[in-house]
Amino acid sequence: MKLHINGDMVEVPDTITTVSGLLEHFELNNKVVMVERNEDILDKETLSETKVEDGDKLEIVQFVGGG
Amino acid sequence: MDRYSRQTLFAPIGKEGQQKLREKHVLMIGAGALGTGNAEALVRAGVGKLTIADRDYVEWSNLQRQQLYSEEDAENRIPKAIAAKTRLSLINSQVEIEAHVLDITPQEMEQLVNNVDLIIDATDNFDTRLMINDIAQKHNIPWIYGACVSSYGISYTIVPGDTPCLNCLLETVPLGGATCDTAGIISPAVQMVVAYQTVEALKILVEDWSSLRRKLVSFDLWVNQQTAIDISKAKKEDCLSCGKNPTYPFLSYENQTKTAILCGRDTVQIRPSVSQTRNLDQLEKMLSGQNGTVEKNPYLLSFTTGEQRLVIFKDGRVLVHGTKDITEAKTLYHRYLG
Repeated sequence: MKLHINGDMVEVPDTITTVSGLLEHFELNNKVVMVERNEDILDKETLSETKVEDGDKLEIVQFVGGG
Repeated sequence: MDRYSRQTLFAPIGKEGQQKLREKHVLMIGAGALGTGNAEALVRAGVGKLTIADRDYVEWSNLQRQQLYSEEDAENRIPKAIAAKTRLSLINSQVEIEAHVLDITPQEMEQLVNNVDLIIDATDNFDTRLMINDIAQKHNIPWIYGACVSSYGISYTIVPGDTPCLNCLLETVPLGGATCDTAGIISPAVQMVVAYQTVEALKILVEDWSSLRRKLVSFDLWVNQQTAIDISKAKKEDCLSCGKNPTYPFLSYENQTKTAILCGRDTVQIRPSVSQTRNLDQLEKMLSGQNGTVEKNPYLLSFTTGEQRLVIFKDGRVLVHGTKDITEAKTLYHRYLG
């Protein structure tokens, strides 16, 4: 499946079906992130129910602490 | 005087904006990479007053990216707030600069925000950021979040009563994320965040509110990615920091950390639960009798023993270098300081 992630076209395994599965794939599941899917900000509680489909446009922003 | 001529020629600022800038007071929490970058830009731009608070002192590993510091500062372990003030005063003597060598607690935060128009986040941890977030909401002061690690950076401008706040966005205090310690940091990532923060600061200070970015911006300079997303819908009505019935949870004593691992350093900071001033002369005498080396300047005392080094500040805090383990740090602390 092909996804647009942060402006890049990315190929991910078809076994990924949800946003939380995608975050796990990128090892971001334990991180604090904001996710936008097709220009909709996702509530943290809905990440495991929200489906990802071929061609979806996702923006993933991770909160970091350094400075 | 044409010192600011190129800035006043820029129409959105103009002479009127320059005058507004001159009347404004900015509070900068942290004087590391982001702090030195932001401070230099705002001081050159001609802000009226800048208050800088930082708990650390200059070390060699800072010089790669913390633009106000010199080898001499690292050699003499000058507290960052002091070294920054010295350098900034040479850059623009018209700006009033106030330096505080301290680890911010809610009590001190209450004093520091007096007559402040804007707070710039230049800290390296979420404990302090959530404290900034609460004090900003309580006193209705805008603040600008900024952070970076490796080649990645992020920034967001928080305006009380308008945008979501940091507590809305995080929901919890992030733990175990990458730090400058584990992942390193390159200066372009710092400079990019500084640019995002400084430009938003200028807009706020000249009161051009309609030009604010309003998006959460993040980038990774090494892999050539950049994203900006509209998160206005993330504002929560029941948020304890900015919602209908705020309690400002991060200003309460229970939520304060007494030990902290410093970003980018093999170091643990320990802060006594009761505020106290240390007598450095007395400590020098006491520690000279121990198996180690003692060095002292007017602000702090450094005691090296084996692989570890204790740096004891006048305001009571102790930095334990040579460990990331809080328990081990506390053991050393208690061994030498009771």
